[in-house]
Amino acid sequence: MIEIVTQVSLPVDEHLSIKKNRLQPEDGSNGRRISIVTGIHGDELEGQYVCWLVQQRIAQHPECLKGTVDIYPAMNPFGIDSVTRGIPAFDLDMNRIFPGSVDGDMNEYIAAQIVGDISGSDLAVDIHASNIYLTEIPQIRINEISAQRLVPLAMKANVDFVWVHGASTVLESTLAYSLNSRGVDTLVVEMGVGMRITRTYCEQLTDGIFNLMRELNIWTDEVCTTHTPIVSSVADEVEFLNAPVSGVFVKSVNHGALLGPGDEIGLIVDPLHGTLLNRVISPCEGWLFTVREYPMVDQGSLMARILKGHMEEAARKGGAAQ
Amino acid sequence: MKKEVLYEIKALYRDDFRVTGYTFGEGEKALCIIGSMRGNENQQLYCCSRLVARLKQLEEEGRLIPGKQILVIPCANPYSINTKKRFWCTDNTDINRMFPGYALGETTQRIAAGVFEAVKGWQYGIQFASFYMPGAFVPHIRMMDTGYQDTELACEFGLPYVVVQKPRPFDTATLNYNWQIWGTHAFSLYTTNTARVDEESALQAENAVMSFMARRRLINHHPHGGYRSEVIRSADFVSIRATCSGFLQCMVKPGQRVQKDTLLARILDPYEGCVLAELRAPMLGVIAFAGDEPMVYENTAVLKLIREEA
Repeated sequence: MIEIVTQVSLPVDEHLSIKKNRLQPEDGSNGRRISIVTGIHGDELEGQYVCWLVQQRIAQHPECLKGTVDIYPAMNPFGIDSVTRGIPAFDLDMNRIFPGSVDGDMNEYIAAQIVGDISGSDLAVDIHASNIYLTEIPQIRINEISAQRLVPLAMKANVDFVWVHGASTVLESTLAYSLNSRGVDTLVVEMGVGMRITRTYCEQLTDGIFNLMRELNIWTDEVCTTHTPIVSSVADEVEFLNAPVSGVFVKSVNHGALLGPGDEIGLIVDPLHGTLLNRVISPCEGWLFTVREYPMVDQGSLMARILKGHMEEAARKGGAAQ
Repeated sequence: MKKEVLYEIKALYRDDFRVTGYTFGEGEKALCIIGSMRGNENQQLYCCSRLVARLKQLEEEGRLIPGKQILVIPCANPYSINTKKRFWCTDNTDINRMFPGYALGETTQRIAAGVFEAVKGWQYGIQFASFYMPGAFVPHIRMMDTGYQDTELACEFGLPYVVVQKPRPFDTATLNYNWQIWGTHAFSLYTTNTARVDEESALQAENAVMSFMARRRLINHHPHGGYRSEVIRSADFVSIRATCSGFLQCMVKPGQRVQKDTLLARILDPYEGCVLAELRAPMLGVIAFAGDEPMVYENTAVLKLIREEA
């Protein structure tokens, strides 16, 4: 059933509505509740297909649904409609205004209503797609302060990587932080790339969501999961590679590659002078779980993230040594 | 006056990105002033340019106090000003959400680190800041409540108000916050406007900085009278919100004193021209902020009032 989570009137003949689809058992019974959330960043679309896939699978076997599935496909309808990451007209990153305020401006009010609506869920999955610049292996990112509760759940989500990162004051304004601090276990998924849909990743995560639903007794059908994540919770295990010069980045390997020291990740070239500005090489042995997709780089632009060590686990995932 | 490039990034097709500083005097690092950090902060850049001209004149007249150094950085983000984009052109990130920066990080983290390297360690720091909502503010000094803020010093600008603000999570990555944490007496100076240059408030800001420099014995100058600043907390601002969306017709200006029930603004139906709502003063007070966008969204704070005791 489509429900309006919150609605505000716009200046000229339009309402802005945040909508969700609530799916419940046919027999009217209540069970536990999962919320699938996406579209906070208007340029991240991978979650759109996941929302559709989840509903398709439930529609095929409605008798297996024993709890509530709330699907929120568009937290930032303005952003999605205008191909904009943030909230257009306000130039705001929506994932920096949570938990919002019912007494605040339009965006803070919407944020507060969203948090209020999701509160009470037994689990929330917030699906992101990195951004338009980077491609990511399907992964779940967890703030270290929530690691004890969330890592066991993330292990069942059929992703390839679980990254437990350090706490940061700035991240206290995210939806996930707000929900986790209110007792709603919330997993943040990053996968694929902005403005695109990667079907295989969406199908992989959908399997993971059904596996989590099965754990919560929301879903009774068998679920086939094929991915066990590598877990990293050591701060210096992740190597960041930033562009040493501005130019055009042409990648040599795809994300998921196994790298050795000195392996080429890409080239930064200068099309005006026809020169090679930099050969981007791996400084270590590791697994390339993030790689730059958007070719233009400024000095400092992120080009890659490499997980050091874990080579055997990564090799089992089909990572190919270069 | 010494003009020098403080931070530089080589670009592929554009001219190099440069943060330029102007140093006056020699000796102790006394005062650092920074202007626009976002592409729409024309007024902030303009204020700094006036100060550069004024300090150059003072230097030529021998009116800088020996042993004290003053640095002015008119613009920390010329790329965004030149392309008329508010944030960083490539990835829309905000330099003023990246402090203290990271020299090995992403581009705006590097710029923040480069700028912070130049601006840290000064005794006093002034940033010409802007509000995220379009509109006009009553000129004031704003400072984060970090426990290090010194409101008495802030009163030396002689602006009508000194506003102390409890930091929100994202404030911890601003220049003002990090300046304070690193031991600089930091002041964010808000003039009336941002994108539009306003001569009157630019002059007021220039006089305020001149007074501060004179009172701190950085220049030989007779400080203007100015105001006896009132110190208030940002939580004391009373927001007056649009009760519906439509055309905004604002009837008051920042600094204006209003009685309870004074008509402050009207919201008009964009199709039929009729009055949808009237916004009235809930109490006696002074208008601190007045929005100036023609269209307003429901629930947006279009006015802010500083409550006055009757």
